[in-house]
Amino acid sequence: MKKKTNLRWWGLWLVISVATAGAVYAALDSLDNPRPGAADLVLRSWLLPGQTSHGHYQIELACTACHAGAFPSRDDVQEKCESCHAKDLKAADDSHPRAKFTDPRNADRAARLDATYCVTCHVEHKPGITQRAGVTLPRDYCVICHKDIAEDRPSHTGMAFTSCADAGCHNYHDNTALYEDFLVRHAGVGRMQDDPTVLARNLREVIEELGDYPSETFPPVTLARAEADAGDALPASAAVHADWAASAHAQSGVNCSACHVPVAEQGGDPAAATWIAKPTETACVQCHGPEVNGFLAGKHGMRLKAGLPAMTPAQARYPMKPERQHEALGCTSCHGSHRFDTAQAAVKACASCHDDEHTRAYFASPHARTVAAVARGEAAPETAVTCATCHLPRVAYDTPDFVRRTLVDHAQGANLTPPVKMARQVCLACHGLGYAIDALADAPLRAENFPHAPTRRVRSIDMAVTREAEAREARAAQERAESVATEGGSS
Amino acid sequence: MKSTHVKLPLGAAAIAVGIGCATPAMAAGWSYQQIADALHAVMESDRTVYTRLIVNRLQNQEKVIKASEHWKDEKALVLPAQMFRFGAEMVAEKNAGFTYALLSEWPVNKQNAPKTEVETEGLKAIAATGKPFYKEETLGGKTYFTAVYPDKAVAKACISCHNDHKDSPRTDFKMGDVMGGVVLRLPM
Repeated sequence: MKKKTNLRWWGLWLVISVATAGAVYAALDSLDNPRPGAADLVLRSWLLPGQTSHGHYQIELACTACHAGAFPSRDDVQEKCESCHAKDLKAADDSHPRAKFTDPRNADRAARLDATYCVTCHVEHKPGITQRAGVTLPRDYCVICHKDIAEDRPSHTGMAFTSCADAGCHNYHDNTALYEDFLVRHAGVGRMQDDPTVLARNLREVIEELGDYPSETFPPVTLARAEADAGDALPASAAVHADWAASAHAQSGVNCSACHVPVAEQGGDPAAATWIAKPTETACVQCHGPEVNGFLAGKHGMRLKAGLPAMTPAQARYPMKPERQHEALGCTSCHGSHRFDTAQAAVKACASCHDDEHTRAYFASPHARTVAAVARGEAAPETAVTCATCHLPRVAYDTPDFVRRTLVDHAQGANLTPPVKMARQVCLACHGLGYAIDALADAPLRAENFPHAPTRRVRSIDMAVTREAEAREARAAQERAESVATEGGSS
Repeated sequence: MKSTHVKLPLGAAAIAVGIGCATPAMAAGWSYQQIADALHAVMESDRTVYTRLIVNRLQNQEKVIKASEHWKDEKALVLPAQMFRFGAEMVAEKNAGFTYALLSEWPVNKQNAPKTEVETEGLKAIAATGKPFYKEETLGGKTYFTAVYPDKAVAKACISCHNDHKDSPRTDFKMGDVMGGVVLRLPM
């Protein structure tokens, strides 16, 4: 009797062990699947050791996007970090590059904080200790190397080390809007700049200078509605034709086949070509490469880049409207097919999914009033401040052909962290730097979508201006002393 | 100081590229000091060429473009010291096997003040003698052959920038003065 019970327990143990080992094996095996199916994703979710940070959670089931393999080394992971982030760090003139910590003279500092690896400060799967920007160190981490700062900068005496990285003073990586001379140069501008405008879009004007634009197949000329080349291959309604004929595409020679026919078959007989009913970003990328790359780098598109099924608003951490929870995001989710109305994409498309305080408050904000003024014809299009103006900003972009064009950066979260990053890239086009720094440092004001001027004052510009004045005064005093000494010596 | 000879040709590739004639086989007979001197010769020459032919000519003589610390924002030329630093950073990123830095007893950026004992001793020595200084040092458990070379004001751009900079602790540099030193480290 006793023996039989033992056998039963052993049997149960065997079944559980085999099932567990099988599941782990299957999950590990699924890591190598570059296009995971639903079963792969369930298996992988079992392996997740904890929730990932805000920046990575969209791709947390693409394990190899960060882990290189089942058991990667620190260096393997570092390589993965750099494959996505190195370019941005370089562009931001990273204040703490890796080279600073591999330098033997900083060996003592590297021993205290090994910042040669991203994961020293940004540990993933640790929601309990993860702060802004995915930082997992205590917030006073600057003290590790800069505890003596007050000796060099007496103005900093008594300041808490938890306040260094408050928006508007210092950032660990990107200080392009916060270095002293920049602060001084932009001091004295109040709420508005003299000419508050953003860059005008200009792709149409530079098309012929772009080496990778298919201008031979689709010369940039205005096409009439009757010239639509889909014909019988992909019959479309009159509304579709009308939408296309009114679009920038028709005015730039971009015919139906440019998006609906694979690149390899373009320019031949449209009747013999393969027609794609619903083109994806792989069609858009032919002419809008940097825009698509931005989309794939941001939360909207990063799943696609990582080989996962497209993101749906249901997978967002921000509140989203219930009616669009399950729409798979692609270019046409915001741009609509055929019409490609950028005004629609810049506000209404965002608000059709996003349902948070900031989005809802936009429509009553001073920024929304600029859009209304443009719609009434009272102001230039470049004065409109839409959702996209700040979140998908227009930036000067240099193509590989050395053509500078306006790019709408579709990596929509790229300038959000740290908040002051947006000051230089966006706000400064219309507002004074101090006003922008103050507004961005004010979290409730951000949530309310800037209904009024900021009430909190960040001291960074004042401190930089004071220091500049003190240095000038000290220099003048020294020169006076020298000239007195010289006169004394010569007499 | 008597230098030990290198068994493994450290940085041989760098030297081969740098001086254009040494092969790795020849480098096996080089002393640490010779390797350091050769690397420094390349660095110093390149920067002097940049300072004289680009910065001095275009900024001071032809007056067509300025050199500025904030070269990107001000659409200006990179300062010679920055050109040198960016090179050092790129070498570090390449894990080229050695490191170098531009340091000074009177640095504009306090992070470039001497930090280790050998740096302090070396910078004092080169300011006094105007000649290179060599010493072994141990940092983070590793031993390095550290060479410190005097960095002299070779152009007006050097002294005017340092004498006028609000963060500069010394404002009376003259042409030919030792303004700081190039600290070059070879792991032993």
